Amino acid sequence: MKLVTAVIKPHKWEDVRVALDAFGVTGMTVSEVSGYGRQKGHTEVYRGAEYDIALVPKVRVEIVLDDADVDEVVNVVAKAAATGRIGDGKVWVTPVDTIVRVRTGDRDEAAV
Amino acid sequence: MDGYYAWMIVATALVLMMTTPALALFYGGMTRAKSVLNMMMMSYVAMAVVGIVYVLWGWSESFGPHQLLGGLFANPFSLFGLKGVPWGSYIGVMFQLTFASITAALISGAIADRVKLSSWVVFLPLWVTLCYFPLAHMVWGGGWIATHLAAQDYAGGTVVHINAGVAGGVLALIIGRRIGFKKEPMKPHNLTLTMIGAGLLWFGWYGFNVGSLVFTAGDGGAKDTAQFMTETGVTFVNTTIATMAAMLAWLVVERYMHGKATSLGAASGIVAGLVAITPSCGAVDVVGAIVIGVVAGAACAWAVGLKYKMDLDDSLDVVGVHLVGGVVGTVLIGFLSTSSAPGGIDGLFYGGGLTSLGHQSAAAGISIVWTALFTTLIGLGIKHTIGWRIPAEDEVDGIDFAEHGESAYDFEGRGGSVLGGGALTGGGLKKTTTEGALA
Repeated sequence: MKLVTAVIKPHKWEDVRVALDAFGVTGMTVSEVSGYGRQKGHTEVYRGAEYDIALVPKVRVEIVLDDADVDEVVNVVAKAAATGRIGDGKVWVTPVDTIVRVRTGDRDEAAV
Repeated sequence: MDGYYAWMIVATALVLMMTTPALALFYGGMTRAKSVLNMMMMSYVAMAVVGIVYVLWGWSESFGPHQLLGGLFANPFSLFGLKGVPWGSYIGVMFQLTFASITAALISGAIADRVKLSSWVVFLPLWVTLCYFPLAHMVWGGGWIATHLAAQDYAGGTVVHINAGVAGGVLALIIGRRIGFKKEPMKPHNLTLTMIGAGLLWFGWYGFNVGSLVFTAGDGGAKDTAQFMTETGVTFVNTTIATMAAMLAWLVVERYMHGKATSLGAASGIVAGLVAITPSCGAVDVVGAIVIGVVAGAACAWAVGLKYKMDLDDSLDVVGVHLVGGVVGTVLIGFLSTSSAPGGIDGLFYGGGLTSLGHQSAAAGISIVWTALFTTLIGLGIKHTIGWRIPAEDEVDGIDFAEHGESAYDFEGRGGSVLGGGALTGGGLKKTTTEGALA
């Protein structure tokens, strides 16, 4: 089992959700986060005072999957989230030891 | 003159609204989230403290019958507690009360985030007694400036804006910079509040300017009615278009200098224009009002950057907007005043020569010197006795909790959900006033 985490541009979130839905991913956890990568932040000016705003808004998507689906889902997310410009975000995969479905007590593959 | 009386009741309530809540919102939105409540409280408290002082000795010192020291102020005790003031004059007293309150409240923007509430409460009565009431007497109460200069100040370019602007600058210097000034980000936390505040200030300003009409004949009859029915139109129009011109000028300047027209620039431009047209709304025609608005908007947009060069933490630009805007409006009267406006005086551009310019500049200069002197005395007096600043740790953590035991926003959870407030912060309702400690 794997955890796929994607940090993407907020305006691509709806595209990613629709693409994952079409692929058959039935659930995910989404949070609004802040961060920056190579694009860094931006500058804001208030009454002539310029501020470097390091953090920019991002959306983090987390999905737990069977090993077999991981590569395809990563591709689906990366394709849907891409604009080709700097700051599109990242997708990464981490191993998961155990999963429990709270309602039924199902474990691991049965709980995915 | 029933119509005039009814209008003055409305105008007085409008000006009261300018402090609570308009100025509190305007300033509050510009502070950081950890100090918005304190910033708003400085306006609310100023309204109450100055208001009480006003009926005790403020009216008497400003407009009382016994002049002292050649018209620098009037005896504060001859009408103490409004003793002997007829009820029919009460609305006039209240109208002037709201001016004193907002002038004092304006100063708070220069010293945001770092001042003990108790020191502010001590400062307020001292400052209005030594700076506001004397200037109000000198300019409007038949005092020294009124009798020695033919200076026009319709609604308070000198008494209100130069006065507050100088006091703000002096206090910012005496009290010192906020911790992290010019190093840490101190950007406005909620510009929607500031936009609402600026809009409400504009709305209330019609009471402020249009309500400041003074009858020349004073016959209580046909002549006064005719003046009321014409002059209010002029001051209303000038107040409106100067403000519009100033907002646009500010936006153009910052678009040129920084690349974007900002909402804070629009809100600031509105206030800059209102400040500058305050003394001049009865002195100029439509063209004059537009010129004053453009000059004020552009000058203030430029002036708010000076504090970084001067290393002066005038936090919300009381100097850059109120002193600069007040001087622009007061001095431009010397150029743009026209005898075809209610004030009836021609300035330099209308064939009046340098006379008006001289009187306007002198009135502005006297106001600056007077307030700078007495605000310095009060500011240093407080600094070396009870002190101004909250502890450094409290300032960094946020003055709202340190001074008021509150926080403005519930950032932790979605309000009303199980995660809102208690559960996620590990707390809950501990006790209530009526039931004591809860189990």
